Amino acid sequence: MAAKTKEILLDPLFTNNPIALQVLGVCSALAVTTKMETSVVMALAVIAVTALSNLSISAIRNYIPSSIRIIVQLTIIASLVIVTDQVLKAFMYDVSKQLSVFVGLIITNCIVMGRAEAFAMQNPPMASLFDGIGNGMGYGLVLLVVGFFRELFGSGRLFGAQVFSLASEGGWYTPNGLMVLAPSAFFLIATFIWVLRTYKPEQVEED
Amino acid sequence: MQWLRKILDKVGKDFQHGGKLEKFHAVYDMQDTVLFTTADTTKSGSHVRDGMDLKRMMVTVVVAMLPAVAMALYNTGYQSNLAIAAGAHALDAWQEAVFAALGLGYDPTNLLSNLVHGAVWFIPIFAVTAIAGGIVETVTAVIRGHEVNEGFLVTMFLIPLITPATVPLWQIFVATVFGVLIGKEIFGGTGFNILNPALVARAFLFFAYPAEISGDKVWIAADLTGVDGLSGATWLSRASSAGMGPEGLGNLDLMDAFLGFIPGSMGETSALACLIGAVILIATGIGSWRTMAGVGIGTIALSMLLNAVGSETNPFFAVPFYYHMVLGGWALGTVFMATEPVTSPFTDTGKLIYGFLIGVLVVLVRVVNPAYPEGMMLAILFMNMFAPLIDYFFIQANIKRRAARYA
Repeated sequence: MAAKTKEILLDPLFTNNPIALQVLGVCSALAVTTKMETSVVMALAVIAVTALSNLSISAIRNYIPSSIRIIVQLTIIASLVIVTDQVLKAFMYDVSKQLSVFVGLIITNCIVMGRAEAFAMQNPPMASLFDGIGNGMGYGLVLLVVGFFRELFGSGRLFGAQVFSLASEGGWYTPNGLMVLAPSAFFLIATFIWVLRTYKPEQVEED
Repeated sequence: MQWLRKILDKVGKDFQHGGKLEKFHAVYDMQDTVLFTTADTTKSGSHVRDGMDLKRMMVTVVVAMLPAVAMALYNTGYQSNLAIAAGAHALDAWQEAVFAALGLGYDPTNLLSNLVHGAVWFIPIFAVTAIAGGIVETVTAVIRGHEVNEGFLVTMFLIPLITPATVPLWQIFVATVFGVLIGKEIFGGTGFNILNPALVARAFLFFAYPAEISGDKVWIAADLTGVDGLSGATWLSRASSAGMGPEGLGNLDLMDAFLGFIPGSMGETSALACLIGAVILIATGIGSWRTMAGVGIGTIALSMLLNAVGSETNPFFAVPFYYHMVLGGWALGTVFMATEPVTSPFTDTGKLIYGFLIGVLVVLVRVVNPAYPEGMMLAILFMNMFAPLIDYFFIQANIKRRAARYA
C-alpha cells in the first residue's frame, strides 16, 4: 500500500502531469500565473477542491446511480468551490480579488471533474484523496513554474519583492511586457512540456 | 586555392563519420561549403529541370532585398541628419560617437554623410542579428545532426529592415533568438516553419518591449525633445489620429512616401526599393505574383469600401488605398514576407486568397483598431497560420473535381 500510495501521490507530478501530458486545465493556468502569489493560492485552492471532491465522491460512489452521476459530482464540486471561494474572500481578500472569477471557475476545470470520473468512481476514499492531492499538485507545479518565470521576467519580482532592479528606477532590468500577457504562458507551458518530454521520451505522442 | 583545400581536408578528417569530432560535423560543413562547392554528387540518374537549390533561392531573395537595404542605410542617416539639422540633438549612444569621430557632419544634403550615419545604426543591428541567429542555427544543427543551411540568410536581412534604428542591441539579440527558435527551429527548421521567423522576432519585440518599437520617439535616430515643429511620429500614426487633414496626411508628399524619405522602420519606408525587389522576385520565379497581387487587391477593396462607408469619429477611414500601399511596412511585407514560400499556401488559387486576406486584414487592423496604426506584421502572421487550411480546401476541391470527372 505504501508504495502504491506514493505512486498515486507523485505520479501526477511528472509521469502523468494533468497539464503537461493530459493537457487539462490550461485555461486557468494562462489567467492566474502573472504573479507567484496568485499562482500559489490558485494551486492550493485547486489541490483542496480536487482532494476533497475525490474523497467525498469516492465515499458515496456505490450509492450514486450511474445515470445521474455527473450531476451528483458537479453538485459536490460546486459546493466545494463555493466554500473555497468564501474562505479566500474571508481570509485573503486581496488575492481573492486578483483571482476574480477564476476561483469560481475551478468548477469548470477539467482536472477536478476528470479525476472524479476517472479515479474516484472506481477507487476507495483514501486512495482517491491522495489521487486528488497528487493531481492538484501536478497542476500546481506547472502553475508555480510558469508563475515564477512570468513574474521574474515580466516585472522583475518574486512574491511581490523586487529581485531585478528595474531600468525605470535606475536599475538594469527592462521588464519583458510579453511575459505579462497571456500568450507567454502558452510559450512557457510548451517549453515545460518540451523539457519534460526530452527527459521522458515515452510521453511523446506517436503520429 | 589548393592549399586551402588541403588545410580543410586535413582539419575535416576529424569531423567525418567515425572521427573524434563527428558530433560537430555541422560546424565544419558550414565553413567548408561557404568556401568550396560541395564534393557530394548525386549518385543515381538525376532529373534536374533547373538547378534551383536553397542556397540560390535565398541568395536571389537577398539580391532582391539589396535596394531596400541601400535605402535603409541612406534613409536612416537622412532622417537623423534632417532632424539634427533642424535643431534636434544627436542621441547619446556609442553609434553617434563613432559617427562623430568620422567627422562627416550632420548634413542631410550630403549623400556620404547620410549613408555612413545610417550604417552606424544599421550595421550593429545586422551584426547582432547574424550572431544571434548563427548561434541558434549552429547549436540546433549540431544537436539534430543536420547541416547548417541557408534558411537564416533572408531572416538575417529582414530583421534589421523591419526594426527601428534605435532598438537596443540586446533586445535585437533576444528577439532574434526567440524568432529563430520559436518561429522556426521547434517546428523542425527551415522548410517546416509555419510562421515567418523575422516577423515572430518583430512581434516579440513589439509585445515585450513596446517602448522601443512603437510610439513617436523611436523612428528617427535623434533626440527630438524641445524642438518645435518636429514630430517623430510615423505617417501612419498621424493618419490614424488625423486622417487626410492638415495634421495627418494632408501635407505628405506622396512621392516622398513612395521613394521612402519618411521616418519608419529602417528598410520599410521605400516602396520603390520594394518594387524593384518585386520585379526581381517575380522575374526569377521565386516570389509569387499571385500573393502580391492578392495583397494589392485586398488592400484596394477594403480601403475603397471604408472610403465609401466613411466615419465621423475615425478619420483613418478616409485614407485612400495608395497611401496604405506606400506607408508603413506594406510594400516590404507584401514583397518579401507574404511571399515566403514555406509559410504561404502552395496552391495557386490558395496564394491569391491568402494574399487577398492579408490585404484585407492589414487595412482592418490599421483603420479599425485604434491601438495599432500599423497592421502588416499582425496580418501576415495571422494568415501564416491559415495557410495550411487554405491549401487543404483547395486540394480537397481539386480531388473532388477530378473524382467527379470519372464518376
